[in-house]
Amino acid sequence: MENELLLVLLVPLLGGIISLFFWMDVKRQKIVFLISTIAMTLAAINLMRSVLENEVITLQSAGWDAPFGISLVADYLSTFMVLLTGIMGLAVGIYSMGDMDRARMRFGFFPLMSFLLFSVSGAFLSGDIFNLYVWFEIMLISSFVLMALGNTKAQLEGAIKYVTLNIMASIFFLAGIGVLYGLTGTLNMADIALRIDSVPDEGLITLAAIFFFIAFGVKSAVFPLFSWLPASYHTPPVAVTAIFAALLTKVGVYAFIRFFTLIFTHESPFLDNLLIFTAATTMFIGVLGAAAQMEFRKILSVHIISQIGYLIMGLAIGTKLAITGVVYFIIHIVFVKTNLFLISGIVNRLKGSYELKKLGGVYHTYPFLALLFVISAFSLAGFPPLSGFWAKFALVKAGLVSDAYFLVLVALATGFLTLYSMSKIWNEVFWKKRPEEETNLEMETLKKERAVINRQVLLPVIAITVLSVVVAIWAEPIFYFAEMTAEQLLTPEIYIVNVLGIAQ
Amino acid sequence: MEDVLPFLIGGLYAGGVYLVLHKSFVKLIIGLIILGYASNLMLFTISRITRGAPALVPEGAEALVEPYADPLPQALVLTAIVIGFGIQAFAIVLIKVGYRIVATDNLDDLNTTDRLDD
Repeated sequence: MENELLLVLLVPLLGGIISLFFWMDVKRQKIVFLISTIAMTLAAINLMRSVLENEVITLQSAGWDAPFGISLVADYLSTFMVLLTGIMGLAVGIYSMGDMDRARMRFGFFPLMSFLLFSVSGAFLSGDIFNLYVWFEIMLISSFVLMALGNTKAQLEGAIKYVTLNIMASIFFLAGIGVLYGLTGTLNMADIALRIDSVPDEGLITLAAIFFFIAFGVKSAVFPLFSWLPASYHTPPVAVTAIFAALLTKVGVYAFIRFFTLIFTHESPFLDNLLIFTAATTMFIGVLGAAAQMEFRKILSVHIISQIGYLIMGLAIGTKLAITGVVYFIIHIVFVKTNLFLISGIVNRLKGSYELKKLGGVYHTYPFLALLFVISAFSLAGFPPLSGFWAKFALVKAGLVSDAYFLVLVALATGFLTLYSMSKIWNEVFWKKRPEEETNLEMETLKKERAVINRQVLLPVIAITVLSVVVAIWAEPIFYFAEMTAEQLLTPEIYIVNVLGIAQ
Repeated sequence: MEDVLPFLIGGLYAGGVYLVLHKSFVKLIIGLIILGYASNLMLFTISRITRGAPALVPEGAEALVEPYADPLPQALVLTAIVIGFGIQAFAIVLIKVGYRIVATDNLDDLNTTDRLDD
């Protein structure tokens, strides 16, 4: 049973290592990546099945009992995040096979993707704070290389900012680990949660929490620590942006949820207010930043920040309904955001630009693509019956029930402005007439244009759109699962008892 | 020793931040490296320093005998140093390539990706 957990990590690692042996042999690397990512997704589904049976699965590595060894823990939250990682890795991987240029693929794009998936799942499954740091670093180094791969001027500029701020975040993370270890004398998350109650000085716990807050705040791009994101996310090829948007900021949010529901649960008005302030400002400033942009991918990138604000809002409210909303929101946002990025990539393939001014008339020639965009964009803005509506509905309701009217107000205003920037993209890219020089397109050119939409780029977009619609229409079972997850997160005793192996 | 190290850590943090705030690429990297040292040293110091008592089980005894130095922070610091070394090596190469392609040594010139296109 424990080995099922290990399988999720070993498969992408093995895939990455094997594809390193086929250096420069893109064809074989593609096959290895495809097989390993499908296997990883299946392993994640299998893990999900046994976690649903057993609540929490713990693997004590090398047989050292917790808290002395490193524990890998799969509870509901970790497992579904790993499952999402597998699905998104597969979708974006297939997309990149049709979209990525040959030079980048020859210089190790697929091995890097495998290592990224490996490290992201590792971060979700880790039950030890220092081990989590190590997973973060593996994730960082693979994302650094993916970000800079290709050596274009814009990419390097973006990468320098991305690297600098993320190294700073790691330094804060390390300092936080030091403080927490000094206070509790252990690194195992469950053991820390058990011992932190007996720490006499609550101020020091808050200090440690601030260190982690800054570290995870940079990773998940909350206000005012997000400045690396708008500077870098639109520079690499769109497949890289899509996988970053799907996974990297979510790892930060996952760490937030894990630490602030398991470890830092003590009464601290300061931390509560900090979370509320961060949630509100992140939501609002993110969406304002997006409204100011006039480039397809920049709008979407800056939008990530405002979505992170919603997730932090749920955590700040902290009731069961709010955490349920957060879990559902993560599923929704991972599908929809990635999909929008992939669609922006297809539009770029067709028209050769991301600039809204230069684009236009896509609806006229490619109504199907426009339909795919509309589903995702309206879902992001929160139109019923799409997934964004249910996600926001749960969060807003949770806010109203617990009298967090200020947060609800900001969330609704943000939703309105989201609609504004989505309709801006719709108007400029899809609806408006084609720019002058293009109106007299010959059939020949159109045919040539159409040829660039190959099966590999269209298939993942359709698949994710279908998934996001399914998640919206069959929202009930998903909400039921999200509720179970929330309940498990809000009763940390389950986690602690299972990890430490205390008899019930 | 425990009275001196906090000041040293504070000094390293201050120096690191001071260097990171400069415009030059090289100073940025050196600043990041120094900040890394500061965190490593903090991790090492914060779990209390015991001198002259290695964590070895004496002959005939079943377990460690007090006082002994906590071996865990040492292992953590070692790991952190190695990881930090890898990241710094990458950052240095990135800065070098960046310097060649962007053709500037001024961080203030790295603003083309942030500009609003109007």
